[in-house]
Amino acid sequence: MLAAILVMSGLAVVLGAVLGFSAVKFRVQDNPLVEKIDAILPQTQCGQCGFPGCKPYAQAIAEERADINQCPPGGEEGIRKLAELLGKEFKPLNAEHGAPKTKSVAVIDERLCIGCTLCLQACPVDAILGAAKQMHTVLAAECTGCGLCVPPCPVDCIAMVELREEIATWKWKYPVYQFKRAS
Amino acid sequence: MNPPYVTGSSSVSTIMLKVLLALLPAVAAYVLLFGPAILIGIALASATALACEAFMLRLRRYPIKPFLLDGSALVTAWLLALAMPPLAPWWLVVVGTAFAIVVAKQLYGGLGSNLFNPAMVGYAVMIISFPAQMTQWQAPHALASLHLSFLQELQYMFGGTLPDGAKLDAVTMATPLDTLRTQLKLGHSVETIRQMPIFGAFSGKGSETVAWCYLAGGLLLWQQRVITWHIPAAFLATLALAAGAFYLHDPAHFAPPWFHLMSGGAMLGAFFIATDPVTGATTPKGKLIFGAGIGLLTYIIRAFGNFPDGVAFAVLLMNICVPLIDAYTQPRVFGHPTKPGRGTQQ
Amino acid sequence: MRPLYRFNGGVHPPQHKEESSGHPIVPAPLPARLVVPVHQHIGNPAKPLVQPGDRVLKGQLIAQAEGYVSAAVHAPTSGTVSTVAMHLVPHPSGLPDLCITVEADGEDRWIERQPIDYRELDASTLRNRLRDAGVVGLGGAVFPTFIKLNPGAQQRVPTLILNGAECEPWITCDDRLMRERAAQIVAGIAVMRFMLGSQEVLVGIEDNKPEAIAAMAEACAQSAFPIEVVAVPTLYPAGGAKQLIKVLTGKEAPSSGRSTDVGVACFNVATAYTVHRAVDHGEPVVSRVVTVTGNVREPRNFEALIGTPVSDLVAAAGGAREGTDRLVMGGPMMGFDLPSPEVPLVKACNCVIAASPALFKPAPAPMPCIRCGRCARACPVELQPQELYWFARAKNFGKAQEYALFDCIECGCCSYVCPSHIPLVQYYRFAKSEIWAREKEKKAADLARERHEFRQLRLEREKRERAEKLAQKTAAKAAPAPGEADAKKAAILAAVERAKAKKAAAAPRNVDNLPPEALEEIAKIEARRAQVRDMARRPVAEEKEP
Repeated sequence: MLAAILVMSGLAVVLGAVLGFSAVKFRVQDNPLVEKIDAILPQTQCGQCGFPGCKPYAQAIAEERADINQCPPGGEEGIRKLAELLGKEFKPLNAEHGAPKTKSVAVIDERLCIGCTLCLQACPVDAILGAAKQMHTVLAAECTGCGLCVPPCPVDCIAMVELREEIATWKWKYPVYQFKRAS
Repeated sequence: MNPPYVTGSSSVSTIMLKVLLALLPAVAAYVLLFGPAILIGIALASATALACEAFMLRLRRYPIKPFLLDGSALVTAWLLALAMPPLAPWWLVVVGTAFAIVVAKQLYGGLGSNLFNPAMVGYAVMIISFPAQMTQWQAPHALASLHLSFLQELQYMFGGTLPDGAKLDAVTMATPLDTLRTQLKLGHSVETIRQMPIFGAFSGKGSETVAWCYLAGGLLLWQQRVITWHIPAAFLATLALAAGAFYLHDPAHFAPPWFHLMSGGAMLGAFFIATDPVTGATTPKGKLIFGAGIGLLTYIIRAFGNFPDGVAFAVLLMNICVPLIDAYTQPRVFGHPTKPGRGTQQ
Repeated sequence: MRPLYRFNGGVHPPQHKEESSGHPIVPAPLPARLVVPVHQHIGNPAKPLVQPGDRVLKGQLIAQAEGYVSAAVHAPTSGTVSTVAMHLVPHPSGLPDLCITVEADGEDRWIERQPIDYRELDASTLRNRLRDAGVVGLGGAVFPTFIKLNPGAQQRVPTLILNGAECEPWITCDDRLMRERAAQIVAGIAVMRFMLGSQEVLVGIEDNKPEAIAAMAEACAQSAFPIEVVAVPTLYPAGGAKQLIKVLTGKEAPSSGRSTDVGVACFNVATAYTVHRAVDHGEPVVSRVVTVTGNVREPRNFEALIGTPVSDLVAAAGGAREGTDRLVMGGPMMGFDLPSPEVPLVKACNCVIAASPALFKPAPAPMPCIRCGRCARACPVELQPQELYWFARAKNFGKAQEYALFDCIECGCCSYVCPSHIPLVQYYRFAKSEIWAREKEKKAADLARERHEFRQLRLEREKRERAEKLAQKTAAKAAPAPGEADAKKAAILAAVERAKAKKAAAAPRNVDNLPPEALEEIAKIEARRAQVRDMARRPVAEEKEP
């Protein structure tokens, strides 16, 4: 009896030690949670979530200061991915933070621009080119479509233009058919 | 419309129809050697299967016509009827078929989604629940002391009565596999057991002829490209190898390989049941493993288990392994140095 | 006899070649207006060089190659450019693309054509000539040919294969071209062989084209170097480049690389023909041979100008017969519905089929997959289509890629044999384009993140710099240099003096002849004022003290 107990506890100690050792020795270097959350966020940097950018929102989610359904550009798919990553229940987008829109880019009407640089300061990704009293223009490839440059413009010369589907961005559709009858 | 604009002529229903046609020689042999009771069983099973399928499709809001006409329910019904003792009470085949269609097929998602072979699930449930009824096999005409007419068979199956105080023993008997098992337990050697009148050249009188017919039907399916050779070949070869090894080791206590190949559900299982595409492995290598696994398990259950035959359980056990087998036997893709799957993800 | 190899699977769809293969190639009538898309090849769209109103000659460069993977586009006839604008093009999306429209003047006058002596030019100049002649693969993939004619670091590609298999049903344009212009194809092969330094040249033709095989064999016998014409078994898709290479050489082009990695280059026979026209005649690609067949009255092969409206081609083939419900570009296995009959003929278009429900029966409603594995047995790339279908359907894209989705050549064999009539290729195309879109999105997000982080750093830096400047300023105020302080004091004093003087000068002038009482009164007032000033100054001083 005693021998059995000793053997079992000895085994437990040895195996526990092996497990503990390997946990330390072979630890997988993993991205911190914030990075993983940030990788899911769309990087629009629009601030609609209530945080000044995607990284701060990621930080807030990681610290459970914010919910996962505050990002309109990320859409439903983004929320699903966050829910999966964090092991949380999916919930629909919080309407307080806006509705998902089709991706668009800012376009400056260059005839109206007075060169005030206010939009330059608002752009979170430095996608507007210009200088004081010089006409400004948007780098379309870099624009995330956040719309932050629209309100500061004193002459309302910035418009958010939805991206149209063209051959280069066109996607094959999901084949739709169902076995079930429509009820 | 989407390309390709032209398609081949095959369809699910033609595949199923070919399977049914390939079963006909065996059904004919059954009728000639054992009497027409099997036809009643097949009819009962078919009607039950179609009714259950239609009911479940309706419940699940699926269109009934295309899914009834695909023929998959009929195949399940025929296979189950052929696997069960023909001269059995009517409710046995009805309950078995209903369970196969409702639980094993439709509750798993219907055509294409079931994990387990529906016919074998029905068989397994019946043999566990009603072992007595499931082991009363009809004796071939050549051996039976009493010949029942078609009407008398109907009377027995639906009313449970035999004409003029005849005993059940007069029309039924144990299967060759069952006889071998019980006689071995009584201490007889294989050699003396096989001298009994129910045994023929290879296995049981009558039943071995049916087995030949299954083989012929199976070869027809292979020729028609409905099945590939992998699963039947691996199944039968493994069963023969395992039986052969034990037979060579101890011929007094283990039956020879040809006995195993020609008795029980071996031929039916190898060509018609294990080759069910939905529940079987799909890669060539996977099919070999799948078939070999069934062959080995069948032999183990027959030789060392307590059930009269092992094919059903072997198939079900291997069904569980299919996703794993498929995942680990993905063939090399054209222009790839190694197999896809593990390790090749960029 | 050369040993031939097999690729996995393949199918035998009904051929339907005889409808159009019996008639010689005829020139299509010159249309009044030609619409030339600037993006007719794999890679970057060509950059337009003309503006509306410009007069152009046939063969004149109207859009030049942009970037490495690109090819030039030329005016197909002489006339006037009317627009450079978006126009419907033959593409499965049905979306418009940038096109240059040329109003033909009817003269069809060539620009000055300069043949090239290819043996005299250095390799890269020769390749650039082909790029500027707009030579692309005419088998359907339209990859810029000059890139494939670069032997790369190995200096040579030992085996050159000419693809005359033409495995898709209905299409016969390569068949007719080989029958009628075999010598010119061989002349093109000579240029390609020279550029690649190949020792072995093979022409693979499916054995359902005995006339083409005979014509090519005869032309090849006249050639200065050995060319072997090989009849390959008719089996779709034997005309796929990788499949034909496998059949002829037994080699498999690596999935991640190109066929030149195994020492083989493969070109369509029509491409060889255009190489010959470009090099030996100085003619850029302004036309191609196209099969117009199906539900038309007179199925034919036409030599048609690029930019010809497809409706003109159908009209030239006697018009569409009763029941035609749409036009298909390409063959029935890999083609697609044209969005409109008004789309122009492009370099990729080898066939136009007038389709009707009688010709291409609508597919039966799909049934669930029963995992029968017929697709896997038919797949020429040895994929497991049933698994890919499952992953694509579940949008499990990672797994689909793991099972080599991107090796799929979309040949349609799996859909062809599927007893459940599942649109398998559709699923794979959907999955592929979704994966591409996601990769693009991810790249854009990464770029935005990078730029945002950079901006944060920049703002931080600017803030710091401003703070430093401010600190310097206040420090300067707090401890001014002594000399500087004196100078300041002096300056202030001087200013005060000046102010006093100003004040004195501004002193009341009307006091001179006032009576003494009045003066006294003024003195008193002044004294009170001074007192008030004094009082006003004192509390301030007192406040400052504690």
